[in-house]
Amino acid sequence: MGLSDLANPTRFLKFANRTIPWLAGVTVLAFAFAIERAMLAPDDYQQGATVKIMFLHVPSAWLGMLCWGLMSVAALGTLVWRHPLADVTAKAAAPIGAAFTLLCLATGSLWGRPEWGTYWVWDARLTSELILLLLYLGVIALWRTVEDPSRAARAVAVLTLVGAINLPIIKFSVDWWNTLHQGASVFRLDGSTIYPTILIPLFIMAAAFTLLFATLLLAAMRNEILRRRVRTLQLMQASAAS
Amino acid sequence: MTALAALLRRDMRIAMRVGGGALIGVLFFLIVVTLTPFALGPDLALLKRIGPAILWLAALLASLLALDRLFAGDRDDGSLDLILMGAAPLELVVAAKGLAHWLTTGLPLVLAAPLIGLFLNLDVPAEAALLLTLLVGTPALTFIGLIGAAIAVTLRRGGLLLAVLVLPLTVPVLIFGVAAANAAVAGPVPFGTPFTVLCALTLASLVVGPFAAAAALRQEME
Repeated sequence: MGLSDLANPTRFLKFANRTIPWLAGVTVLAFAFAIERAMLAPDDYQQGATVKIMFLHVPSAWLGMLCWGLMSVAALGTLVWRHPLADVTAKAAAPIGAAFTLLCLATGSLWGRPEWGTYWVWDARLTSELILLLLYLGVIALWRTVEDPSRAARAVAVLTLVGAINLPIIKFSVDWWNTLHQGASVFRLDGSTIYPTILIPLFIMAAAFTLLFATLLLAAMRNEILRRRVRTLQLMQASAAS
Repeated sequence: MTALAALLRRDMRIAMRVGGGALIGVLFFLIVVTLTPFALGPDLALLKRIGPAILWLAALLASLLALDRLFAGDRDDGSLDLILMGAAPLELVVAAKGLAHWLTTGLPLVLAAPLIGLFLNLDVPAEAALLLTLLVGTPALTFIGLIGAAIAVTLRRGGLLLAVLVLPLTVPVLIFGVAAANAAVAGPVPFGTPFTVLCALTLASLVVGPFAAAAALRQEME
């Protein structure tokens, strides 16, 4: 079954209904394993147990950015190929991405209080991440302002592509501006600067987060398709009544 | 070319006429700046230090004011449909409209800024730096705003949403505009460093803005 087969909403619903329980099960197992690994990982010699916050902070930051990337691809799908599922994907992904970004900011500031001595600094990485959250909220607001979903989809698609400029800014903010947030330490040309005892649990946690994201996205897409069907039925009912 | 020039002249004439609201932005700019000493206290040393930032912030807010009418007026009277059907490339048309909008709302802000800067106790080098950064930076605000105006053109209550959509995108312009204005007065970085980045942001927005706005208009007016 290819991507073009899934373009049919009925077929997609069937696929989603079959996949979601399995995916949810795998997600739970992955989280059980990842949390166990993360808890058994040694404390940092400087930060102590607070380093464990990173197991939530880093994957949610990755997912928050990945989600905007996915929305950008979906935006291309809406504008270029008019793929019927593209705008459903974009709409379903926005609140999930906003939630991950909020989680990233919240865990980061909880970590920052003991380690940096403050909940918030106007550092380049933190600021660009906050702008990502604002962009997510703007996109959600735009979805909720336009009544016709397909018309909203095209307006949101343009905004999403413009907002994608922020992604490289977030990624490279720590290299361009040398401020409080630490530099790139996981993905580096000269190898990671994180010790394997922490790095491996971090990757397992990231995999669990990605599975969670996939589950939530599929479920939200299913809900969105059903919501659109209800809307169509209501419109038909209203026009039949008048 | 004549079509674009005609459009530019028409847009500017509409903006200058009664009800066009070209100079309301300047008035708003003046009022925002007047309000700050009431909020912060009339401490001239403090105002001098944060004056460039206040003026930039006020200019950013003032440039949002007339933005929601940029395409909405044309949509209401049907001329937007004619423009979309016309032979001139939509990207250039949008850029011409953006230029007209900047000439009628952005440029007056730039020209008024040194005068209003006097209220904030700015001295001559600060005034000059501010004038230069606003002159270079406000086109970026207008052309980023074009995207939001095009996205919000079909909304009934687009104005408020427009601010929410556009303001996050203008953050880099604000950062480097204020940084350049401050660098000229206080240092420690030389004026040129943030100023060149500001120029780059403006040049990029001059390209990205019309293309994105034209794409949004085409999609929405189908």
